[in-house]
Amino acid sequence: MIHSLFLVNSSGDIFLEKHWKSVVSRSVCDYFFEAQERASEPENVPPVIPTPHHYLISVLRHRIYFVAVIQSEVPPLFVIEFLHRVVDTFQDYFGVCTEAAIKDNVVVVYELLEEMLDNGFPLATESNILKELIKPPTILRTVVNTITGSTNVGEQLPTGQLSVVPWRRTGVKYTNNEAYFDVVEEIDAIIDKSGSTITAEIQGVIDACVKLTGMPDLTLSFMNPRLLDDVSFHPCVRFKRWEAERILSFIPPDGNFRLLSYHVSSQNLVAIPVYVKHNITFREGSSQGHFELTLGPKQTMGKGVEAVLVSSQLPRGVLNTNLNPTQGTYTFDPVTKLLSWDVGKINPQKLPSLKGSMSLQAGATKPDENPTINIQFKIQQSALSGLKVNRLDMYGEKYKPFKGIKYMTKAGKFQVRT
Amino acid sequence: MTDSKYFTTTKKGEIFELKAELNSDKKEKKKEAVKKVIASMTVGKDVSALFPDVVNCMQTDNLELKKLVYLYLMNYAKSQPDMAIMAVNTFVKDCEDPNPLIRALAVRTMGCIRVDKITEYLCEPLRKCLKDEDPYVRKTAAVCVAKLHDINAQLVEDQGFLDTLKDLISDSNPMVVANAVAALSEIAESHPNSNLLDLNPQSINKLLTALNECTEWGQIFILDCLANYTPRDDRESQSICERVTPRLSHANSAVVLSAVKVLMKFMEMLPKDLDYYGTLLKKLAPPLVTLLSAEPELQYVALRNINLIVQKRPEILKHEMKVFFVKYNDPIYVKLEKLDIMIRLASQANIAQVLAELKEYATEVDVDFVRKAVRAIGRCAIKVEQSAERCVSTLLDLIQTKVNYVVQEAIVVIKDIFRKYPNKYESVIATLCENLDSLDEPEARAAMIWIVGEYAERIDNADELLESFLEGFHDESTQVQLQLLTAIVKLFLKKPTETQELVQQVLSLATQDSDNPDLRDRGYIYWRLLSTDPVAAKEVVLAEKPLISEETDLIEPTLLEELICHIGTLASVYHKPPSAFVEGSRGVMHKRLPARTGSGEGTESPDMGNTAGGSAPEAATSIIPSQGDLLGDLLNLDMAPQTTTGPTPPTSGMQMGGMDLLGGVLDSLLGGDIGGSPAMGVGFGAAPAVMPASLSAPVGGGLGDLFDLGGGVGMPMGAYIPPKTVWLQAMKAKGLEISGTFARRAGVIQMELVLTNKAMSIMTDFAIQFNRNSFGLAPAGPLQVLTPLGPNQTIEVSLPLSTVGPVMKMDPLNNLQVAVKNNIDVFYFSCQYPISMLFVEDGKMERQVFLATWKDIPSDNESQFQIQDCHLNSEAASNKLQGSNIFTIAKRTVEGQDMLYMSIKLSNGIWVLAELKVQAGNPNYTISLKCRAPEVSQCVFQCYEAVLKN
Repeated sequence: MIHSLFLVNSSGDIFLEKHWKSVVSRSVCDYFFEAQERASEPENVPPVIPTPHHYLISVLRHRIYFVAVIQSEVPPLFVIEFLHRVVDTFQDYFGVCTEAAIKDNVVVVYELLEEMLDNGFPLATESNILKELIKPPTILRTVVNTITGSTNVGEQLPTGQLSVVPWRRTGVKYTNNEAYFDVVEEIDAIIDKSGSTITAEIQGVIDACVKLTGMPDLTLSFMNPRLLDDVSFHPCVRFKRWEAERILSFIPPDGNFRLLSYHVSSQNLVAIPVYVKHNITFREGSSQGHFELTLGPKQTMGKGVEAVLVSSQLPRGVLNTNLNPTQGTYTFDPVTKLLSWDVGKINPQKLPSLKGSMSLQAGATKPDENPTINIQFKIQQSALSGLKVNRLDMYGEKYKPFKGIKYMTKAGKFQVRT
Repeated sequence: MTDSKYFTTTKKGEIFELKAELNSDKKEKKKEAVKKVIASMTVGKDVSALFPDVVNCMQTDNLELKKLVYLYLMNYAKSQPDMAIMAVNTFVKDCEDPNPLIRALAVRTMGCIRVDKITEYLCEPLRKCLKDEDPYVRKTAAVCVAKLHDINAQLVEDQGFLDTLKDLISDSNPMVVANAVAALSEIAESHPNSNLLDLNPQSINKLLTALNECTEWGQIFILDCLANYTPRDDRESQSICERVTPRLSHANSAVVLSAVKVLMKFMEMLPKDLDYYGTLLKKLAPPLVTLLSAEPELQYVALRNINLIVQKRPEILKHEMKVFFVKYNDPIYVKLEKLDIMIRLASQANIAQVLAELKEYATEVDVDFVRKAVRAIGRCAIKVEQSAERCVSTLLDLIQTKVNYVVQEAIVVIKDIFRKYPNKYESVIATLCENLDSLDEPEARAAMIWIVGEYAERIDNADELLESFLEGFHDESTQVQLQLLTAIVKLFLKKPTETQELVQQVLSLATQDSDNPDLRDRGYIYWRLLSTDPVAAKEVVLAEKPLISEETDLIEPTLLEELICHIGTLASVYHKPPSAFVEGSRGVMHKRLPARTGSGEGTESPDMGNTAGGSAPEAATSIIPSQGDLLGDLLNLDMAPQTTTGPTPPTSGMQMGGMDLLGGVLDSLLGGDIGGSPAMGVGFGAAPAVMPASLSAPVGGGLGDLFDLGGGVGMPMGAYIPPKTVWLQAMKAKGLEISGTFARRAGVIQMELVLTNKAMSIMTDFAIQFNRNSFGLAPAGPLQVLTPLGPNQTIEVSLPLSTVGPVMKMDPLNNLQVAVKNNIDVFYFSCQYPISMLFVEDGKMERQVFLATWKDIPSDNESQFQIQDCHLNSEAASNKLQGSNIFTIAKRTVEGQDMLYMSIKLSNGIWVLAELKVQAGNPNYTISLKCRAPEVSQCVFQCYEAVLKN
């Protein structure tokens, strides 16, 4: 099981260590640093690194490496999932997960880690339970604690810990009862030179924010549940009911949680909301290159495309660019060769474009790689796959809650090859 | 006000200051002090000196303070064992606290204090907590047993905690069950043979019930535990699968992958024509695809596992090619894995798409990735014949880019394409030759030289090209040197008139000026070959090469099966068996897929399946250049006489052929026709010479009934041992005569040798080595001839053999080429071993499995033989055969004819099923053999005959 955890910042310093079994010397991280040095980019450090006596399994989030040390055969996914859970918990507790935030709350962090893992076995990882055991730090509580000498550690056994609904605490009370659901879809796509789709798929999630008194039992049904054939559920969802009736029935956790995530695969037809016309050329023997890019909406279901951001890694030979955007602003970093263009909203009447020239190193051969264009965008009030919630009902409690559903489409890894 | 204040202390007397604060009367000050101590601890500062002061704070009602003190204790108790005793009383008291949280906390912390003296005190509280009324305490106590076991295993066993833990599997609370399973699994890891997790249908049912209700982590433990179970039949297997499939929709990817493992394993037992089998296959694809949309670290582990899954069951993901397309900002480790899987999934249907992608990748920035993409194009050409042409033209396009590393990779793969499709794409050679000067990597240079040598007759200036390489011969790497030597010899054989000087030059460079034994020996062989018999040389060097197989990097099937049982583990990430690398797991049990099809069989194994029809040695070398020392195997004897045993890991793929031929050549080079010495060709089946007494089977009919038919494995009957034959005649071996036989004794294969010195001088320094052979036989130790062997002395030696040596198919299958060295010379002989000595003791198949397997093996693989003149009745025959590990599974009598069904398992996991017909009064038996590797049937039949007639 998980032996120890080291937190390493981007400059390669270990700023926290926690051992759940015997103490492992931090020199074990030298193997990690070696790998880090070899990797060209921070994200290229391999997640599993063997050392003579241990294995190091690491994740990189918020520019902090979380390095777990294991000694015996442990499923790596188990470790990685756990590490991500640690990061999520920190974020949940401190608002951000940064080195400063962790150092500021080092005792809470330590208490949390101790509570999450016992001898390497996960103990309590649900945020609802943890919050009952260890209260999140707030300014008010810190002040009160210093005055009264009370603690921020729960004295009682968390209620959810052993019930059949471990994700929900009991005795929840709200004056305003509300349940909000966000359907968020990200489209991952690769578009080739000629504009045809090589692969496109949708990763969707339904995130919920449920603040309901007591033990509500919710059901959520869809207009078109057939879209959801590849889904992962929060443990609260009753799987049998879904299998039989295609209805989500669940007792929700308290607060924010991800109800389900789904995947609409490349085999279904996925609508592509934007198109790109591009003309990026280098001529042999010339120190100038031509750059032209135009964006336009494609299948957007009548909604506007906003927050568009175009970025591209230009070839190493490009020294500088001289481009004119019809709207928004663009920047080019001559060191990293990263071009980024903050377009904003796409106006279908007046398509945004970016035109101009690139200067190349004099005398150098023409770059042979073609830059890939990365596009980010948002479409409000629509889910690209067409998924629609039919209705939300609540049983088990008498009050009438506020309900709300929001839809949004975003670009995930949306890439256009040139 | 944040915790960072705990780090700011005055430089002077930090510890001293803390000490004062810890002993303060004010509660609040104490707590702050402990927090400071903990903060120092988190950054690795040594604050162990404060141990007594911190422990004094332990007696408190304040839970936070208590927890902090416990945290401190766990870290430092080991370094202060005597002081730690001070804490015991508080622990024992806390274990009786009315608050379950405190009881659990106490037992949990106590287990983390790794001090022997404390563990004694832990036993009583732990026993109570294991039976606590509160499930939270019980589940914590379950983990504590595992902790204690880690510190003092004997104590845990003596105190009977293991039994209590087993009882907890039937606990009413699913969380307790999950933790008990987790604890037992961890303990079982260090006790591979203790039957701790005794799984039976009842306990499986309990686990499946708990599976639905426990936490995600608990589900992982339970699923991993389920994967160790072997269902009794396909129905049970199906019902478990049905209850596990909902886990595929879990949000936690580790749960999903563990569920995939269980399903992949149990699927093995389901009949393929079952509807449910197809449904299950369909259900497996979406969750695997979903894993690829997770964080890159998860993707990486998922991809390594998918790599195994597509090798085992390509049908699951065959339509999902697109999800493996590489995004330019994927981390490099994800890119490389995706590429690997793309090639595995490439087929005629999707090859156009794949090629277009690969070409795109070949223009990316990352050098490693580009190289692999180019290589992938070559592999596509070899895998999908229809695409070969397109692949070659794509590669030529890439060569035109003149990017140095792209060109080099392209040339390496084009060489393989030439091997696969001879005389088809030679028109591109001219383009390749243009790039000769830009090649600076050994592999690319070697590939180019191979191409020039192979097609020397079509390249006008081949001699000039090769000569240009020869100038810097000694600066080249071994790989290039060997290749150059062979290429020039080929050139000479093709154009003898113009190149005589060149060949002289290279031979002298290789033999006289080189200190590399491989190179020198190959040089000598060519030299002698050319000088004694140029025609034979031509036959050898220019022989037709065996075609290279589609995929050289497939994981060997037995390993693949084992890895499938370990999906989701580190083993699956590294594609190595768990025993190979994880420290602390002493003697991990090898897991096997359950046998519906008798699956441990090596039919698809590349080293068994590919028959090498007359191959030339350099062919193999050039395909797998890293194994440039095929020759070395036999010849390096003169270099290192004693280090003959280290079992080399079986390399995958291509090293077949080669040696057969070389062996023959060698023999004739050495002036003897030992290769086919008639004396031992018929090793067994020969006259009933001296037989060990143990062999006399109870022939009397009635006796046999007393023995459970094929039941007791340890029956006091020895295996059949053929009489000794002369393997090496004295006149051919400068006075050394070797005769011998093979035996299997108590599960160990032994080669029994009699060495006789018929020369006038003393012989010393004996050593032995085997050539690669069909079943990987290799000496398990050195040849134990301790005293010098004087003239006319004889010594009997028995040499234990292992079956983990390198594998190469031999003809006949049971042929073994041996080299023996002494102070005089090295001698070679070959002999044949009875295949019965490879029959392992656990070769008894379950009846049902036997039936299913029998049906599953196609009838093409069945062969029939007659055994003449055998006067045993069926019981006696069965008993006799059992002595040689041929197990009778069932007997049926039809119309006065006894049908005996038998199973045999070979040391490499191949199963042979047999049906023996015995008719009363008829001395002729009929035997049908079925096996996935039908080549072995003939040998097995010979064994039957030998065993039954002796």
